[in-house]
Amino acid sequence: MSFFEHYNYHLAIVLAMIGLYTMISRTNLVKKVAGLNIFQVSVFILFISLGVIEDGTVPILSPDHEVYSNPLPHVLILTAIVVGVATTAVALALVVRIREAYGTVEEDRVHEQDDAL
Amino acid sequence: MDTVVDILLLAFLAICAISILRLRDLFAMTMMFGLFSLISAGLFTTMDAPDVAFTEAAVGAGISTILILATLAQTSRREQATPARSKLVPLAVVWVTGAVLIYGTADLPAFGDPEAPVHNHVGPHYIQESGKEIGIPNVVASVLASYRGYDTLGEVVVVFAAVVGVMSLLGLRRRPPGLRPARGKPDPNDVLKVIATMVVPVILLFALYVQFHGEYSPGGGFQAGVIFAAAIILYALVFGLDKARQVIPPKVLNRLPAVGVLIYGGVGVVTLLLGGNFLEYYALAEDAKTAQHMGILFIEIGVGVTVASVMLLIYFIFSERGRGKRPDEENSDGDGDGDGDGEGAVSRDAGGTA
Repeated sequence: MSFFEHYNYHLAIVLAMIGLYTMISRTNLVKKVAGLNIFQVSVFILFISLGVIEDGTVPILSPDHEVYSNPLPHVLILTAIVVGVATTAVALALVVRIREAYGTVEEDRVHEQDDAL
Repeated sequence: MDTVVDILLLAFLAICAISILRLRDLFAMTMMFGLFSLISAGLFTTMDAPDVAFTEAAVGAGISTILILATLAQTSRREQATPARSKLVPLAVVWVTGAVLIYGTADLPAFGDPEAPVHNHVGPHYIQESGKEIGIPNVVASVLASYRGYDTLGEVVVVFAAVVGVMSLLGLRRRPPGLRPARGKPDPNDVLKVIATMVVPVILLFALYVQFHGEYSPGGGFQAGVIFAAAIILYALVFGLDKARQVIPPKVLNRLPAVGVLIYGGVGVVTLLLGGNFLEYYALAEDAKTAQHMGILFIEIGVGVTVASVMLLIYFIFSERGRGKRPDEENSDGDGDGDGDGEGAVSRDAGGTA
């Protein structure tokens, strides 16, 4: 049945939705960043899943193997991981500054203070 | 067998993600987050992507986790109860988006299908020709450093830009006004010290192996950079920030991200001067394969230098900022969590305006 041939993509989407829900339902900014990271990892899984070939192996050429998984998603994702942590650091730096300016990292309290001005 | 492992790992990931969502203790959440990254690294290994797994293990389970912990040390340990607003809207958004995406996957080729379009475009060219054109076994390294060298240069610049962003937000040395320097020295456990002394050199050596053997086995500048940074961060965690700062003086470290980008861009300029196109390595030497080897080696060094120094700088900036914060001033604005250990205390304006 063709629906179950996509199980990897479906589970990646489930993860993405958990991440999305964390981001929009929680007010704590650190938790939002964690949710964003879950979403990000789910995208990585989706990309790497697309590169998998049945009975393929690691894309390092050797005389013993014929079928290799697609190297292109690997390249895209390994650089994306490093860029991802760098941008996460910028997000966390913003959280630290928000805490210093507002005394809280809860989104609704930040809004309350903004409204009071 | 692979399928079973795959599904099990994905199920573990889902469990971790749900517990990240539900845990109110943010320290516990951070630990689950590290576990989540480690499991996803395992998943990448089962999907034949060891280069990605390396990076994810070092970045996700190592550096991201430490960064979140450093942020928590300056903010607060517990999440507040979510306000009693309706959960219906977020749930509806998530269910609808998920349903649409799942509907969209119906048109995708089956998982692992060799006939999929993605395997019939440039992929086969890389696998069949890179041995002849580039002459190195690791196809991922060929694509990263040679075929798509422009992209990688862009990624390195993004990483560089991110550290500039963090520096301008948090500053390198500046402490927020009203903070005393840390009282007392960190006094870690002797067991930790002994283990760290034994482990750190091995990790550093492994990082160098990953850097310079990346053409023949999984590895390269990105992976080596994060592994190198993870080793130094481990040293800093056990022996204290000041000792780690002595190992790599700030004056040097602050300049290294730019040096790495310049090495990478410099290779491009050199190929231009030698009569080739930008980053066209064939101009570097007579023999085509030697030229490719040289080009890849140099730019991977550039990548490694930038990535390692950026990760270290970000860590140092976060922990410098967090040092010497006094937990006793906590809760001037009713943060409501009482335990207050390691909490930041800078609510200069906030207390007054709230």
